[in-house]
Amino acid sequence: MQEAQSALQASYLHHQGRYKGLLGWIFSTDHKRIGLLYLYSITTMFVVGLLLGLAMKFELLAPGKTIMEARDYNATFTVHGVIMIFMIVIPGLPAVFGNFLLPLMIGAPDVAFPKINLLSWWFYVAGVFLVLAALLFGSGTPDTGWTFYAPYSFKTGTNMLPAIFGAFVLGFSSILTGLNFIVTIHRMRAPGMKWMKMPMFAWTLYGTAWIQLLATPVVGITLVLVALERIFGIGVFDPALGGDPILYQHLFWIYSHPAVYIMILPAMGAVSEVIPTFSQKHIFGYKALIISTMAIAFVGYLVWGHHMFTAGMSGTAQYAFSLLTFLVAIPSAIKVFNWISTMYKGSINLKTPFYWASSFIFIFMIGGFTGLVLGSLATNVHLHDTAFVVAHFHYIVFGGVSFSFFAAIHYWFPKIYGRMYDEHWAKVGWIMFFIGFVSLYTPMFYLGMKGMPRRYYDYLPEYHGANILSTFGSWILAMGFLVIVVNLVRSARKGEIAVANPWKGKTLEWTVPSPPPFENFKEIPVVGEKDGPYNYE
Amino acid sequence: MYNTEITQASNFVKGVDSAFMVIMGISFVFLLGLTVVMIYFIYKYNRKRHPKAVQMEGSTRLEIIWTLVPLALTMVMFYYGWAGWKPMGKAPKDAMEITVVGRMWNFIFEYENGRKTDTLYLPKDKAIKLNLKSMDVIHSVYIPAFRVKQDMVPGKKDNFMWFIPQREGTYELYCTEYCGLNHSYMFNYVKVVEDSVFNTWYTDTTMAVASAELESPVAAGRRIMQNIGCFACHSVDGGKLVGPTFKGLYGHTVNVTTNGQKREVVADDEYIRRAIYDPNADLVDGFGRGLMLSYKDQLSDDDVTLIIEYLKTLQ
Repeated sequence: MQEAQSALQASYLHHQGRYKGLLGWIFSTDHKRIGLLYLYSITTMFVVGLLLGLAMKFELLAPGKTIMEARDYNATFTVHGVIMIFMIVIPGLPAVFGNFLLPLMIGAPDVAFPKINLLSWWFYVAGVFLVLAALLFGSGTPDTGWTFYAPYSFKTGTNMLPAIFGAFVLGFSSILTGLNFIVTIHRMRAPGMKWMKMPMFAWTLYGTAWIQLLATPVVGITLVLVALERIFGIGVFDPALGGDPILYQHLFWIYSHPAVYIMILPAMGAVSEVIPTFSQKHIFGYKALIISTMAIAFVGYLVWGHHMFTAGMSGTAQYAFSLLTFLVAIPSAIKVFNWISTMYKGSINLKTPFYWASSFIFIFMIGGFTGLVLGSLATNVHLHDTAFVVAHFHYIVFGGVSFSFFAAIHYWFPKIYGRMYDEHWAKVGWIMFFIGFVSLYTPMFYLGMKGMPRRYYDYLPEYHGANILSTFGSWILAMGFLVIVVNLVRSARKGEIAVANPWKGKTLEWTVPSPPPFENFKEIPVVGEKDGPYNYE
Repeated sequence: MYNTEITQASNFVKGVDSAFMVIMGISFVFLLGLTVVMIYFIYKYNRKRHPKAVQMEGSTRLEIIWTLVPLALTMVMFYYGWAGWKPMGKAPKDAMEITVVGRMWNFIFEYENGRKTDTLYLPKDKAIKLNLKSMDVIHSVYIPAFRVKQDMVPGKKDNFMWFIPQREGTYELYCTEYCGLNHSYMFNYVKVVEDSVFNTWYTDTTMAVASAELESPVAAGRRIMQNIGCFACHSVDGGKLVGPTFKGLYGHTVNVTTNGQKREVVADDEYIRRAIYDPNADLVDGFGRGLMLSYKDQLSDDDVTLIIEYLKTLQ
């Protein structure tokens, strides 16, 4: 206990740098502090996005006006989408847990470019404020949906430019994080940490980093073109000026589809850490998991056209994109099989992170299977732009991020704060969130099958019943989230003092004290021939 | 007959629905199977029952199996999706052509003989080709009962969809591409009737309104106004938009300028009819000339009667 207390005093949490107090955090180049800066800013934005989502669901509780006008509803789903996608889902796991853990996992003192790392957080904050400015000032909240589809995004009188510029700046934040991770993984692995000895989470960060670096500039260029079109009328996308609105959709989805993989790969990575640790068993099919990670990152680039099956592409393009979409399902399936096989003959310690990880598999399967329905041409024609699509991508994107994020935050909580969370309340939070999630989104599959289009402020009476259930689900989910957050905040201050390796993990972050000292490792560790991230022998 | 179910009402239903059943069927088996196996493992290998893990690193044989089996199954799924979709791309030459004009926020259907309606009348068992024309932003025509959808892209040539309605009834037609303020009110009805009934309607020169048969006069009036786009400029809650509000209009006194003379009129049936057909004759104080154009060609006398019924309710 004495030892743990002194670890807390010597840790990064108490380290005294050039500045004191808050300045010591917002100007810190320590990857662990930057990870926590992201954690706090992302959580704050998530609460904003969550409240907007609850407002939308409340509006849909009954047909006709419930609490807001159509104009406000349209602005609400736009801002909800922009916040959730650009400020939470995309930075999400890489920026929080990637920053905190990547150097620890590969035995490095920090990331390769600590100052650029801090700069990326500042870009993030600047982007957030720009988007919030678009929301609060000027000629009205943007109402185009987070996809900013042309030509509507040129015609609307609302405050588009600050929102677009904000998304552009957020993109730079993402590029810098990706660049940093690639260089860190290539150059800063500890002696003996061969590529095939890297933990899965580091591997998935590597795949994600390449997507961040290569795909984000495309959306940056697209957003610049939209801005130029709005200001100067250059005529790239607007048919009234001789442009092509379908070109906009191509450019937009070339980035925004891989963006989903920016999120899902580290989510899979976190789950791939939690399952072996709590089963105390070597991860099943390590190489297959790595190959499937890289296959998802690569094939994920080539499937953007499946967002446009009803937009009027050529027939050849349509079935090529459909075929590629089915191919991307296979590495995802391989992952699920390997995770479940990791549990086989393990010795499973049923703690909260394992609950989150195994329910992640369940939620991810539903999201994946409904993705097959949407990737198939005939069914896509019926279901495209209906509530079915909304349900599908909330299962994958929101389910994928939240279940893995909560698995990760509970798993690494003792490492980050040096204290244990409260197990009982953590499980209460999990079951509420799970029930809320399923009852929020499952009815929307049914609504979409019955033909209810998405982004509808009002609907016909035949869609009423399922919408009520969905709205109730949103309340349960929100209460579950509250329980989780209160429990974690309370535990960070008053929880039991944690030991260095409470779960008996084998990755390098568990070899340093909890919380880690400022410089991570007293001496850079050497990974021996027999060591490995999953060697539980 | 007003049908609220997602019925099977066109030639494409079979292809789409069988692809759906195949994919959902395979998916359900896997979802259920994998979930049950996972829960069984979690129970059986719980630390209490199984204190020491048995180490294993993987199995190449299993990896190959669970790569090839999903590959084969997804190719089956792809095939069904492709087969159901293939015929949608090419309309028969003898199809009856109807032009759909979309604008924020209504659809107008224009027939070859010049007839324009806001309800899509179709003869049963005849190939129909809809030529899609958007006047402003991207809209999308979606008829769930027919399992068809196609975006209307402004400026795009050869933008069409086709189908054969195979069941009499009334079905919804939605805009499914988000198009701004009243996107969710951009919907119309499709009415499929027997060939003979269709021909009678088609050659009838008086403008009968289909919606009147479906709903109460008040609801029909409201829907006509939504479809024609009235609420873009006129609020129903007392707020001032481009034009005056409809709230408390009917039966009350309005200050207007007629031929340069200020006067007061009571908003009765005759006034409202004039305001729709000749909007600049009586100009309401505080609103500019020429902002609204006549709806003479788009709204029949019957339509206006229904609109008046709705306006009466806005007190």
